[in-house]
Amino acid sequence: MNVQFDGVSVVRGGRTVLHGIDLEVASGRIVGLVGPNGSGKSTLLRTLFMGQRPHRGRVLIDGADASLLAPRALARTVSVMLQDAPSEFDLTVRETVLVGRSPHRPPFSRDTREDQCIVDEALRTADVHDLGDRLVRTLSGGQRQRVMLARALAQDGRILVLDEPTNHLDIAHQLDLMRVVSGLGTTVIAALHDLNIAAAFCDDIAVLDEGRLVAFGPPDAVLTPALVDEVFAVTARIAIEVDTGARAMTFHPRRRSDHGSTDIPNHPTNRGEEE
Amino acid sequence: MLPVGPTVTALAVIAVLVLVVSASTGPVGVAPIDAARIVIGHLLPGMPWMSDGTLTPLQDQAVWQFRVPRSLLAALSGAGLALAGAMMQAVVRNPLAEPYILGVSSGASVGAVLVIVSGGATFLGLTMSGAAFIGAMVACLLVAMLARIRGELSPTRMILAGVALGALLSAVTSYLTLTTDAQNVVSVMFFLLGSVSAADMSSLLIPAVALAIACTAVFGLSRSMNALLSGDESAMAVGVRTSRLRGLLLVLASLLTGAIVAVSGGIGFVGLVVPHIARLLVGSDHRRMLPVTVLGGALFLMIADLLARTVAMPTEIPLGILTAFVGAPFFLWLMRSGGERAGFDR
Repeated sequence: MNVQFDGVSVVRGGRTVLHGIDLEVASGRIVGLVGPNGSGKSTLLRTLFMGQRPHRGRVLIDGADASLLAPRALARTVSVMLQDAPSEFDLTVRETVLVGRSPHRPPFSRDTREDQCIVDEALRTADVHDLGDRLVRTLSGGQRQRVMLARALAQDGRILVLDEPTNHLDIAHQLDLMRVVSGLGTTVIAALHDLNIAAAFCDDIAVLDEGRLVAFGPPDAVLTPALVDEVFAVTARIAIEVDTGARAMTFHPRRRSDHGSTDIPNHPTNRGEEE
Repeated sequence: MLPVGPTVTALAVIAVLVLVVSASTGPVGVAPIDAARIVIGHLLPGMPWMSDGTLTPLQDQAVWQFRVPRSLLAALSGAGLALAGAMMQAVVRNPLAEPYILGVSSGASVGAVLVIVSGGATFLGLTMSGAAFIGAMVACLLVAMLARIRGELSPTRMILAGVALGALLSAVTSYLTLTTDAQNVVSVMFFLLGSVSAADMSSLLIPAVALAIACTAVFGLSRSMNALLSGDESAMAVGVRTSRLRGLLLVLASLLTGAIVAVSGGIGFVGLVVPHIARLLVGSDHRRMLPVTVLGGALFLMIADLLARTVAMPTEIPLGILTAFVGAPFFLWLMRSGGERAGFDR
């Protein structure tokens, strides 16, 4: 399904956090949203899955305004993988993944055999099928992250929203998750921190900086050392693997003399909660 | 974790047994089999033992007029308070939440105590139950208003406002109690500590209706309540209108609590402890833990009431003292031995 952000602006606490974002994601494309902390990645994702009406502009799903859809109908269309929020009352892994089925079932109904099959498959795909009866809280951060992926898979929407999905994952599971996600055939919009992973798995990269879309296009065209320097305030170099020709970026702290400024407002190590 | 079907069945069977034991226990001697016969005889017409002279009128009266109604009121109160506790814990996502968290019981106390200290049977035309119910509703309405931020109910503010308003209303109750005639003080204490001793069949109606409505509603809402466990955003992501769900649960839990406090007084501890025990037994999935909570609450208070009127015969101990005396040590033992599974180790 096609997603179109049409001049989306969001104001929060008197501060404009998104300035008229225009972005179209064609059906089946995988788009990586990158940008420093506080650049508005998560906020942009939230205009899509929470049906939150932007202050200006619209979010269109196949031409229909997302904020006018019923929440459950929206949840059947847009699957979401968020960071796991710790809970005082803990569900098992399987119960957590079953929550992903709730928009598909009316109140007062029981889980169907189909639900159980979908959950089984989601558990296997996310590589957590052997953890089904464990309490989510007893798992490691990476395992919890994979449970949240399984929940999003069970939600079975034709659009998949991922908010920093590779956090806490070891490198094998990072690659595995991105491989799974890119093999689904659904439209994917993912906020990502790792630029090399974004470049390797995404069809297009959208770069946000201080609430503005500053670049959009195929990874090779967008993720240039100049842009990374400009947006992330680090020096980037491109490394080409000798035997495969694969491209990767290496990053280096920007020295004072590089830009004549010590002010690095959005340094990636300033990992704030404001996103 | 226990399978939920057999657990529910076992609780129901034990509850029936406790009802029979309770009906046969007291100053008037009635054998358990006779107690069961009296109950069945009143429910089904044409039972031979009701008219063949094997049962005395005194026995019939003791069982059907006094013991069964109070046991049933204890069951309804326990079930309702436990369910309200589970609902409040889901609403504020906090294991310390209980039915009285919104000042419901403090408000009810002020209402009831106003009637008692006024010396008559009514205050401003309200009976004691009526005044208690109004007081409960006013208190929780105030807390809900205080906890609103930009049209959304803030769980943390609900707890803080409930605690503060509860303290204020308790002060009012204490003042009224201290300044009233000495003969009223015992009535006040009895209400504050909870009792089902005044129960008759007609007093069961309102709590039963409130419980039936709340049970039906949470049966439909339990999937959304599960979604709410992992956070508001996560719940919205699967299509739950979190603000509306919170409001609905809050209103239902308050009405349920108010209806019970009005007839049974401020019975503590059931609403806090029973949901935690249910989670330990069958897990946190609301579709599994809510039926166990309802039946467990009923059973807990039926047993407490049986003890309340037998351990110190002929004196009757207020229910609230019993529930705290039995419940608190049990809860502490549970916390020490099963803390991780119940989510206490945070």
